[in-house]
Amino acid sequence: MPEKIRLRFSVNGEKREVETYPMARLLDVLREDLHLTGIKEGCGEGECGACSVIIDGELANSCLIPALQAGGTSITTIEGLAPIERLDRVQAAFLEHGAAQCGICTPGMILAAVNLLERISSPTEVQIREGLAGNLCRCTGYARIVEAVRRAALKTGRS
Amino acid sequence: MRAFIPDYQMIAPATLAAALHVLKNEPGVWKPFAGGTDLMVLLDAGKLDDKRYLSLRHFAELRGIAELSSDHVTIGALTTYTDVLRSSLLCAEFPLLARAARETGSVATQNRGTLGGNIVNASPAADSPPALLVYNAELELLSSGGSRWIRYSDFHTGYKTMNLRSDEIVARIRLPRNGQMGRQYYRKVGTRKAQAVSKVCFAGACSMVTGRVIEARIALGSVAPVPVRCRQVERLLAGEQIRPALIEECRRTLLSEITPIDDVRSTRQYRERVAQNLLEEFLKSL
Repeated sequence: MPEKIRLRFSVNGEKREVETYPMARLLDVLREDLHLTGIKEGCGEGECGACSVIIDGELANSCLIPALQAGGTSITTIEGLAPIERLDRVQAAFLEHGAAQCGICTPGMILAAVNLLERISSPTEVQIREGLAGNLCRCTGYARIVEAVRRAALKTGRS
Repeated sequence: MRAFIPDYQMIAPATLAAALHVLKNEPGVWKPFAGGTDLMVLLDAGKLDDKRYLSLRHFAELRGIAELSSDHVTIGALTTYTDVLRSSLLCAEFPLLARAARETGSVATQNRGTLGGNIVNASPAADSPPALLVYNAELELLSSGGSRWIRYSDFHTGYKTMNLRSDEIVARIRLPRNGQMGRQYYRKVGTRKAQAVSKVCFAGACSMVTGRVIEARIALGSVAPVPVRCRQVERLLAGEQIRPALIEECRRTLLSEITPIDDVRSTRQYRERVAQNLLEEFLKSL
């Protein structure tokens, strides 16, 4: 039987080390070993985006990443977005525009939006919808989410 | 039932030479693993039968797009869909491949999924193979014993079977640049616009002079056990002007080149009709 590996990576700016199996899902390592439960599991097959994280600057579904491939990377989860009291502009816009209901999709949705605004500072509505196409929400109907991202793009500040 | 994770092994040799050595020394034991966007889905569903994986993702020499000569563009097998979309060279010269990359999964999938993985996963519903077939792509199959190039159209031999030895990996994809196919068309039909597995996927390219077809190339996905190049339809078109009777003949002939099935995503009948309609739309755009 395979032995556990020592996984070293950076999570939300801190160096972390975890002993885990090489094909453990990054999602489970983050939630169960590091107790970062802001990340959610939705479908477990890369369709819903609830487990989104930013890994080395790129959006990824953590349910599809084996632990071994996360070694040496730098990961941002929703917990790393607003480490101090002040919210990220995308988080603030989601609150202001009622873009969250049950909250399961929200961490992934916000990370996808933050990642989109890093790539495209003033996205069109089509670009917002494309950027969030991998994040499913079963409550809001998306209109408020798209509006929140559009408004967040107009503000300066972190993210 | 979900997978029992401790049963699964994954290794990541430090060098590509070492990885190829592992494949050679333990034939069939280790399966190459690229971005994981297909294999990890099976893992969580408890359907990933093979237990030992060789991670290739860290080999930078297998990733990226190179213009090695004026005749070819070479793409590393670990090049992601996002890499394809960021390449102004591929977007300009091989727009069907860029379209396929854009229609594959979501941003998160495009960031991890690789062209080589898409090829070797060998799903008949994959989005990039029809574009690769239309561009007459060739594959470099690499082993510790050396490398060989084959035509991509000779790679898939049946459902999930391929012309690839257990000690080989797909290392590079080569696209000839001399095509000059002025008219290009790509359309994927799925249940929804984003993040859907295709019901039918169509890629076409054509060169025309004074209203006549010089050469047409047509390939489809999701309509057979393997991605299909439709040579009979292509032959019908060569030298011809597009006219209603010819379109009808092409529609009929297309049905002899595809063998779609009923499955969870669609039906044989629907796929046949959509494939014909996409062909017609392509021909009318010429």
